[in-house]
Amino acid sequence: MSTEMHTESTGLLGWIDERFPLTKVWKEHLSEYYAPKNFNFWYFMGSLAMLVLVLQIVTGIWLAMSYKPSAEDAFASVEYIMRDVNWGWLLRYMHSTGASAFFVLIYLHMFRALLYGSYRKPRELLWIIGVVIYLCMMATAFFGYLLPWGQMSYWGAQVIVNLFSAVPIVGQDLSVWVRGDYVISDATLNRFFAFHFLVPFLLAALVFVHIVALHKVGSNNPDGVEIKKGPKGNRWSDTAPADGIPFHPYYSVKDIAGVAGFLILFAAVVFFWPDFGGLFLESPNFQPANPLKTPEHIAPVWYFTPFYAILRAVPPMFGSQFPGVVVMFAAILIMFFLPWLDRSPVKSIRYKGILSQIAIGVFVVSFVALAWLGLTPATPAKTMLARIFTVLYFLFFLLMPIYSKIDKTKPVPERVTK
Amino acid sequence: MKRLIIASILLLVPALAPASGEGGVHLEDADIDLADKESLQRGAKYFVNYCMGCHSLKYMRYNRMGEDLGLNEVQVRQDFIFTDAKPGDLMEGSMRPKDAEKWFGTAVPDLTLVTRWRSSDWLYTYLKSFYQDEERPYGFNNAVFPGVGMPHVLAGLQGVQKAVFAESEGEGQGPVEGFEMVQPGSMSPEEYDRMILDLTNFLTYAGEPMKLERRRLGVYVLVFLGLFFVLAYLLKKEYWKDVH
Repeated sequence: MSTEMHTESTGLLGWIDERFPLTKVWKEHLSEYYAPKNFNFWYFMGSLAMLVLVLQIVTGIWLAMSYKPSAEDAFASVEYIMRDVNWGWLLRYMHSTGASAFFVLIYLHMFRALLYGSYRKPRELLWIIGVVIYLCMMATAFFGYLLPWGQMSYWGAQVIVNLFSAVPIVGQDLSVWVRGDYVISDATLNRFFAFHFLVPFLLAALVFVHIVALHKVGSNNPDGVEIKKGPKGNRWSDTAPADGIPFHPYYSVKDIAGVAGFLILFAAVVFFWPDFGGLFLESPNFQPANPLKTPEHIAPVWYFTPFYAILRAVPPMFGSQFPGVVVMFAAILIMFFLPWLDRSPVKSIRYKGILSQIAIGVFVVSFVALAWLGLTPATPAKTMLARIFTVLYFLFFLLMPIYSKIDKTKPVPERVTK
Repeated sequence: MKRLIIASILLLVPALAPASGEGGVHLEDADIDLADKESLQRGAKYFVNYCMGCHSLKYMRYNRMGEDLGLNEVQVRQDFIFTDAKPGDLMEGSMRPKDAEKWFGTAVPDLTLVTRWRSSDWLYTYLKSFYQDEERPYGFNNAVFPGVGMPHVLAGLQGVQKAVFAESEGEGQGPVEGFEMVQPGSMSPEEYDRMILDLTNFLTYAGEPMKLERRRLGVYVLVFLGLFFVLAYLLKKEYWKDVH
């Protein structure tokens, strides 16, 4: 295929190429798109996340064919899907497992960027689009979690929407505007369903933009070396970077192996452990929503718990929860500034010094600890811990301009290592 | 690097609290066997005879139950349907919520998913933990669910037991430590345990009727994906000879 592409296409392909740049796109983005040859394990996450997005959209559309977005019928319609719809249980478990898998992959994908400095110049915009994608995912997950209309769906949404009422002056009106009612109700469920259906397509569009930006600047790699600035010429082309290899077929076949490996883990959860010990499907959610009965312990799904722990860690000031809400959103929004906070002369953690390595270690521990704290009921000791880890979480970002600058770095090689 | 990977995977590991009832009572391990169709059939029979007067199983259909439990439609009609319901109907209860509210102070919960929000162990222990308590309106309390509205419907079978309380650390009674039979029922303790296990087994099935099917299929899916992974890996290795 690829050899004949060097000449003018003829036949059907030629007819298309005169009207649509099919061969051109194929070459620019696949067969003649040169990616660094030293990608490791961490570089599977992006393509896997795209796969899961597609799975979520496809299973989601089929679920929507039998789901009823009404307070009266929603819970029963989910059980109808689980019991009476052919393969409905598989669609539903794939969708519920897919939601968690999506966040696992995206967290690993973002962590990869953190490790290798993939947000640094010239990839600032690529990173920012990524953070917008992450925000969109969070919105989608939040809307979707209400739909099964179980106890945790209901009270989780109640808690989160109540955050808006903490905003001074307009808070009450704002939360009523979001819910469309004074409590979470049928009106809320309907609009959440509408958004849960819409936002994923926005997400898909953003992923496309993310890839356009990626292919403009080229992929970073574990060494943080710009292959475009290195020597030219490899066995496929005289002008391409010497350390680059064509994405297709080399990374396409590698990603297929990655997909197979991922699907083994994914299927193991879907078929043998769909509740995942109450993390992916929480047991209180097997009770229909009851507006009159508050569960003993309300916790969001695991992927939101780091931020939920931060929210709870901030003490109310002047009798208002608003500071906690501000700090929680700041914990997410601070990611936008990352490209300008890192002042290290090198990109990759491989060549950064001990300070940066300690900082990233502390950050990982804080994030995981906050995730765990957010899952469990608050006690005075745990609130204290949550405060400490919240401070450490922010210090990772806020002190970065200092520690990344004074840190002793190692010399970066001219070419990528392998 | 390895440590970082492990740290990231730790994100996934659930922090599971040890199983215990609301009263802090230790839960007994229910020996669930979803492949034991006779146990499931007995459990279904007990359910429609003893539980369904009040509790519904409203996400489950009679004929689906019959199909999964190896019962034909005649058996389902004769032995399991006591109302004018048809085999294709959902297993609705017959008590009106308003009556339940009046009689027991609370709506009677549907039990289709009870083992999924409580757990099988909880249900098994709960049904064995009713004890005599004159202060309750129907004369019985429960060690796993203190102050429960439900009367001890199976007292005639199990008999009446008294609670033995642990030494109290502060004021009042300590937690329930064990039971003492004061008036034997028509079943021996072993027979009653077997019955409760059958009932728990059936309700565990009802909570997720496709559980055995998904596990059976899962094996084939994983075998296929395992083979696919090997081929995909070998293909990658072959292509990457050019790169190395």
